[in-house]
Amino acid sequence: MKRLLPRALMAPAVVTLFLWMIVPLLMTLYFSAVHYNLMQPGEKTFAGFENFEYFFTDPDFGASVWNTIVLLGSVIVITVVLGTALALLVNDPFPGRGIVRVLLISPFFVMPTANALLWKHMMMNPVYGVLAQVAIFFGTTPVDWLTDHPLFSIILMVAWQWLPFACLIFITSLQSLDRDQMEAAGMDGANAFQKFWFLTLPHLARPIAVVVMIELIFLLSVFAEIFTTTGGGPGNDSTNVAFLIFKQALMNFDVGVASAGALFAVVLANIAAAFLIRMIGKNLD
Amino acid sequence: MKHIALIIRTLAAWIVTLLIVFPLIWLVLTAFKTEQQAIAIPPQLFFTPTLASFAEVNLRSDYLLFARNSVITSFVSTILGLAIAAPAAYSMAFFRSPATRDILMWMLSTKMMPAVGALVPIYVMAQTAGMLDTLPALIIVFTLSNLPIMVWMLYSGFKDIPSDILEAARMDGANVWGEFRHVIRPLAMGTLASTGLLCLVLSWNEAFWALNLSSAKAGTLATLIASYSSPEGLFWAKLSAASLMAIAPIVVVGWFSQKQLIQGLTFGAVK
Repeated sequence: MKRLLPRALMAPAVVTLFLWMIVPLLMTLYFSAVHYNLMQPGEKTFAGFENFEYFFTDPDFGASVWNTIVLLGSVIVITVVLGTALALLVNDPFPGRGIVRVLLISPFFVMPTANALLWKHMMMNPVYGVLAQVAIFFGTTPVDWLTDHPLFSIILMVAWQWLPFACLIFITSLQSLDRDQMEAAGMDGANAFQKFWFLTLPHLARPIAVVVMIELIFLLSVFAEIFTTTGGGPGNDSTNVAFLIFKQALMNFDVGVASAGALFAVVLANIAAAFLIRMIGKNLD
Repeated sequence: MKHIALIIRTLAAWIVTLLIVFPLIWLVLTAFKTEQQAIAIPPQLFFTPTLASFAEVNLRSDYLLFARNSVITSFVSTILGLAIAAPAAYSMAFFRSPATRDILMWMLSTKMMPAVGALVPIYVMAQTAGMLDTLPALIIVFTLSNLPIMVWMLYSGFKDIPSDILEAARMDGANVWGEFRHVIRPLAMGTLASTGLLCLVLSWNEAFWALNLSSAKAGTLATLIASYSSPEGLFWAKLSAASLMAIAPIVVVGWFSQKQLIQGLTFGAVK
């Protein structure tokens, strides 16, 4: 009884999560080895490694991996650098600090499709958009953001969403910074930069690592922003790996090739996850 | 000198904040404009507000159906998730075994899987079962994808309940159910509430599965907003009104529980 009960309580969560993990994985493994098109029901013939060959030699593949890396890297750098700067800016008390903090976090709770269309239409429209109007005001030619700089536009939208997340974590962490130590350093003649470099930054090392890892995992599968704005285009200019797999699966209906791509995405994510899991694990006890 | 520094810092903080939040402010303003005002050149900051777009959105796009779907999927998946996650977290927090740590880490690792990795099999299964564009399909997927975070959040909350209290209750002859009802539940209400809130926010804003598994019948607000992406015609006032109604409840929830939500999202790695 004493040993049965804890297991019984745990069972529903463990069993459902196990199924949620293993069933799709096995199906993906199987699909990746057969010719299977949703539009041609019937025979699923053995394909060997043809699906993988097709996915990896697709000209879109290289582009999508590159776009995924650029998207990830840019958003992480933008959110960490600006997030740190912002957190430092609002760390000490000033009039309205509470309201500023509340306002700052808002973009993080906006659903991705609303975020994407807000930027696509009202900000980035080359004629009526706010950015175009600002450009005209300053006497320059408005930019057609989504056509001429599609990947940069996506980066901007995603960074706008995740900057508040990074910032809030840094604000939380700054509150546990040792103030006496800061004052002592000031008395010893350390300037603002030295205090930041030798005290604040080391203190923020851990939260920065957490932000990087969590963004890594969520941003590997940025999808809604691309789906609702550029559709991966023009050409493949803003197609990332997640969107490429979606295109193969639900636009070309090629389940086999999409599954090969999915396995690639899982491997990619696992490399990132391994680091995060080790870090969180250290913190568990 | 100190005074001037404070003024500069205050101004800088407010200007940067307003710049970052500007798109949202603009969205709110546009929602109360007419379509002509919404695309006026130069953009109008001052105008007579109108509720026409809100009425139009409700009339034309079946807004209420999508809102209902969002409410049902996010609330049911939250309750279902709590029902599955709470006993597991309880068991791990109060009956610790050598395996507890491994199970927690394994659960975390399932959350690391990119959703797109499971897209094909989930889509094929839903199609085979005739569950494409149905609420149960979305509810199941939302529940499962949030489950690891929920177990983690509940576990770290339960763990903070002092074990002396439990032992005292057990000495007094409380069984597991009584212990849960009279001791744990009152102490853990906060954790349960913030976990539920995080799950609500995540399900409400979920777009990947909603876009891929649902459309006209079971679509959530995230899919309704996505349908405004077509380039033909400029319906910015209506888009803004629809977006505002879709995001306002969750943004407000976010304001009040940001701290707990962020802790949940970082699996307690940042204190």
